[in-house]
Amino acid sequence: MKKKMLSLLLVALPKGMRLVAKINPAFREHLCRSNATVQVRLTDNSAAHYFTIEDGKIRDGRGLHPKADVDVAFLNAGVALSFLKPSPDPADVVHFVKNYQVEMSGDDALTVWFATLVKKVVSGMWKQGTKMPDGCVRFTTNTNGGPLFVYVKDGKIVRTAPIDFDDSDAESWSIDARGRTFTPKRQSTVNSHALSLKSVVYSDRRVKYPMKRVDFDPNGERNRQNRGKSGYERISWDEALDIIANEIRRQKATYGPGSITTLHGAHHQMGNIGYWLSALMRFSNILGASMMSFSPISWEGWYWGAQHHYGNSMRLGLPGAYGTMEDCLKECEMIVFWSSDPEATSGLYGGGEGSQRRLWAKDLDIDFVHIDPHYNATAQAFGGKWLPVRPTTDSALAHAIMYVWITEDLYDKAFIDKCTTGFDEWRDHILGKDDGVPKTPAWQESETGIAAKDVVSLARKWASKKTYLSAGGLGVGFGGACRAATGQQWARNMVLLMTMQGWGKPGVNFGNLQCGAPVDLAQYFPGYAEGGISGELTKTAAAVHNYVRMPHVLTVNPVEQRVPSSFAPEAVTQGKTGAYDWDGFSMEAQFRLRPFPAPGHPNIHMIYQYGGSSFGTTMDSSRRVAMYRDPSIDLVVSQSIWDEGEAQFADIILPACTVVERADISEVSGCAAFAHHNQTQMNHRMVVMQHKCIEPLWESKSDYRIFADILTRLGFGAMYTEGCDELDWCKRIFDSSDMVNYTSWAKLLKKGYVVTPPQSPDARDNVYMRWLHEGKKKNVPEPHPLPGGHSGNFLEGLQTQSGKIEFLPNSLKRGDPDNPERPVLNRYIPAWEGRQSCGAYPLQLVSGHPRYSFHTHMDGKGSSINAIADHRVSIDGYAYWVVRMNSRDAEERGLAQRDLVKVYNDRAGVICALDVSPLVARGSIKTYESSAEFDFIEDADGKILDRGGCINLLTPSRTQAKNTTSIAPNSCLVEIEKWTGIWGQSDENVESGDRFSQVHELQ
Amino acid sequence: MKTWNLVIDSAKCTNCNNCVVATLDENLGNAFEGYSKPGAANLKVLDVERRVRGSGSMVDVQFLPKMCNHCADAPCVKAADGAIRQRADGIVLIDPVKAIGRRDLVDACPYGMIVWNEEQNVPQAWNFDAHLLDQGWDAPRCVQSCPTDALTVVHATDQEMRTKVVADRLSVLRPELETGPRVYYKNASRFFDQFIGGNVTRVGADGVENVAGAEVVLTRDGAVLSETRTDDFGDFIFDDLPNGSGGYAVNVSCPECADEVVTIKSELSESIVLNVTLSAA
Repeated sequence: MKKKMLSLLLVALPKGMRLVAKINPAFREHLCRSNATVQVRLTDNSAAHYFTIEDGKIRDGRGLHPKADVDVAFLNAGVALSFLKPSPDPADVVHFVKNYQVEMSGDDALTVWFATLVKKVVSGMWKQGTKMPDGCVRFTTNTNGGPLFVYVKDGKIVRTAPIDFDDSDAESWSIDARGRTFTPKRQSTVNSHALSLKSVVYSDRRVKYPMKRVDFDPNGERNRQNRGKSGYERISWDEALDIIANEIRRQKATYGPGSITTLHGAHHQMGNIGYWLSALMRFSNILGASMMSFSPISWEGWYWGAQHHYGNSMRLGLPGAYGTMEDCLKECEMIVFWSSDPEATSGLYGGGEGSQRRLWAKDLDIDFVHIDPHYNATAQAFGGKWLPVRPTTDSALAHAIMYVWITEDLYDKAFIDKCTTGFDEWRDHILGKDDGVPKTPAWQESETGIAAKDVVSLARKWASKKTYLSAGGLGVGFGGACRAATGQQWARNMVLLMTMQGWGKPGVNFGNLQCGAPVDLAQYFPGYAEGGISGELTKTAAAVHNYVRMPHVLTVNPVEQRVPSSFAPEAVTQGKTGAYDWDGFSMEAQFRLRPFPAPGHPNIHMIYQYGGSSFGTTMDSSRRVAMYRDPSIDLVVSQSIWDEGEAQFADIILPACTVVERADISEVSGCAAFAHHNQTQMNHRMVVMQHKCIEPLWESKSDYRIFADILTRLGFGAMYTEGCDELDWCKRIFDSSDMVNYTSWAKLLKKGYVVTPPQSPDARDNVYMRWLHEGKKKNVPEPHPLPGGHSGNFLEGLQTQSGKIEFLPNSLKRGDPDNPERPVLNRYIPAWEGRQSCGAYPLQLVSGHPRYSFHTHMDGKGSSINAIADHRVSIDGYAYWVVRMNSRDAEERGLAQRDLVKVYNDRAGVICALDVSPLVARGSIKTYESSAEFDFIEDADGKILDRGGCINLLTPSRTQAKNTTSIAPNSCLVEIEKWTGIWGQSDENVESGDRFSQVHELQ
Repeated sequence: MKTWNLVIDSAKCTNCNNCVVATLDENLGNAFEGYSKPGAANLKVLDVERRVRGSGSMVDVQFLPKMCNHCADAPCVKAADGAIRQRADGIVLIDPVKAIGRRDLVDACPYGMIVWNEEQNVPQAWNFDAHLLDQGWDAPRCVQSCPTDALTVVHATDQEMRTKVVADRLSVLRPELETGPRVYYKNASRFFDQFIGGNVTRVGADGVENVAGAEVVLTRDGAVLSETRTDDFGDFIFDDLPNGSGGYAVNVSCPECADEVVTIKSELSESIVLNVTLSAA
């Protein structure tokens, strides 16, 4: 019976396809792309049919074909009928393929083409976007700075704009507090870098065509030493892909598995498909490349330090934020912002959402205090008492606050007794009983620069008011002082301060109204850290939801070797390094050192760089120049949207397209994994279709397509794509989520987004840590620690050995008991590069996460954010990075507002524009990291002078403390002097950067 | 007849620059026939100005977005011989064709809000995104993209607007020019005025301490102008003092201390931060 049905189907199929070709333009277009004969049969040949497609025409015939290009064999008719449904169940398809119930063989490119063609029968009819009265089509996209409407006319983007909700979108929440009702703006607010999207899409710095370094000959002299010096010539896609595919084969045959590494920045264009955790990881796994291993950069003090006191390893040691927004608005009397600038970082992916709420806090007369060497963007926006602490010395200040609390009896003894261990020993240290040094306000004054009287005032006020501690950009950690030599000490002290004030009491918690909105977290949609289409279970959070919800082929990487992100240059140039891995499953996982190379694995001989511009984001980044030029590296490929940063060191540059030139799908602020429930920053949960708004510009292609094209040359194309293009994957991701309960796929494609309703006022999340305070079981939707990670019964107590907050952590006593740089007792240890080590470089440089770009995204390359005076300053037509200096420090050096200055130390020099004001503490320099521009010259010794603004050329690559892999960019000493040189003809022995003009001419 | 007006609340401006970038986005690569030629790369017709006051640890910062004021009695219209016109809805438009080559018009705006677009050879200004309003948008890009509603649009008659100006205490830039701007500001006084603030301390048992709750009186030419108390950090501030005003003195007292009077001799050309040390009575 089934066989008969199959025979009928196979006869009907070509007729149906001819009909579809008439009405479905996407199908027709795809049909015309290739000519092939495809044979469909049962394995035992008891039924067979072939289709010959030639110039868009379909012929067919019964029986076997003598020279079929693609052969599809089904185990039986039942399998065939399930497989050939218009929309087959992906779980069935994966099952059939894994069990050899369906086998496809033949030319890989034609197989991929045919499989995609079948999908187009349905997907080709999908309608996307909304027609507007003026003839535009309104699409949607999502960015690291929030979602956008994208208005397109005649294939060109007219504008992008924030999305205002309409009446058909879900309602907003409201919070009643102190006699007022607060409800958010009916818009998903965005950052200025989101609104600069169009300017970078059409930037003349786009990589327009595949490019080859002029003096790179894959079959002859490769001139590795000229990377970053010589120019480029345009080549065809075929030539570029052939060079890469040939080199991959040669690498594996010559060196063995793992000599190819795929390097990338920490972030990518927002999305579940194009992200490095998705498309790149799938590529790396199938290819068998050494991927990068990560340390928890941006969170290091919390991960390597704070978590040992109370757990939360799965959250990188950061506190959760559930229920805190309502608690803060109702109860809180003061917010202490400590190295915390949420207006600069927008929390993390928070657009302008938190700004509205901090204005509410001002309306409620909640006092703000800012402890920071810079009267930062948040202080500038909302005001408040400023305590200009010297960089890296914060922990001394924290100790003195605790000293006042202890000596004046201003702490929560009941909470200490009930919920903590080790306090007596800690108290004795603060009082100086163990070392003879009482940690008094006077003791800290010479170190921190904060007057003792102000410490006393702060300590008393803090203890007498219900106080939220906003630590880092999110308020619950992230960035700032945790990224210095003393970063772990600081984050540990943040937890201990809150502990002494009864963390979890009404009005006493971590936060700054950036997180903890009453959005409905129960509705599942994957965040990018769930790995998207990667098929990678262990290095992403896929195992939690994604793999269960979206059946797809697992892609296990046979190469165990990992290149440490912080020490990639050492891995290449020295061939030997190692790092402590980031692994949140337990607090002990961080004690494991992963050596490089992995046992039995070769060194690195090919670098495949995926986008980005890491010179602005990795410490002492001149190291990367040496990495690229190392004689051991046979090929550098850079798959990049723009000619920036890394691209100039490649042998082959592949032009990738932007997110608006390909399809993707994502939730606003949706990260998952270590940033679980990051969406509580948003006033509304919102899932966004990232339409392919325009065709890829010039010869660019999507990242996914480039990976598929390379792998197809190696025969892995069908495995990589599963016969899907990006839009098919979007549908699979949508189907895997709870968004199907709120909209249909057709509606989502048309409108572009869906907003989910908030929690009802009676079903809102409990307040974080309240359960501990009240002696209850954990009652917030935070799925960790793992069941076995509880010391006591399930959901009782914390992840620590005692189940309590430990002033002297047992995990450190067990795992790292004698580390003078990370002692069990969190004593104050001055920074190894800081105030006490000033010599020729007396200024302490602090470089925070950037305010107007997201990492390097949207910076440089003609972006409209370059026009923002607080981001870059145009001097003689060149947009310079801004460094901020105290007026009196500037006066002493004869420097004035908008002077061009050289910021330098022994590592490098960076030319910047100076901003002079009293907003920076004396002796401190404030700037941001993450310049996308690396525009350098080098002297005879190889010392780099950059005018692009890569501040991280100046920062140390040393780890904060031994036995950790933790960056410390905010421990950085520099000097600043006026720059009067003329670029390119300044110093002797300097090579001019002519290659920039060469590159551009060739494009 | 209703006109388009813009109200900017300086207290809500966080310097996010969405207004700047959204406006750049609107004009980048777009010619709107009858309204404007494409913008030049990163040429700003709207910008956020910063003002920093104070010294030491008592500082503050104000931001003020500035753009074409769409003056009711616009000097540029008078100077333009038809190349700039005012519509009935109040919007002042530089004609993208008639204004070609008219570099002189850049100087016609006393607020400096007309810029020269070298690429297109025309003067340009923020035109309220008139092309969008005419299509039915209810606000220009700078307003629509503002996350804190620091910028709002008011479509109202002149009479309604006059009532609002009084009710919401709105002001305009440089009122002495009498050009009748339709861009209004709220809470902008800190952008123009000065403060006298300070920190009050005394020597206690453990050394120098902040004096919270001390009574602080500001007088001008001997008359009491304002009274306040020091906060938990011993700080006080008297704000909204006109730039260039003078004759101020500050009198600080607390129960156990001798009164301290600080006379500010000069006129206020910048804000003043005092350190007042009280001695025992």
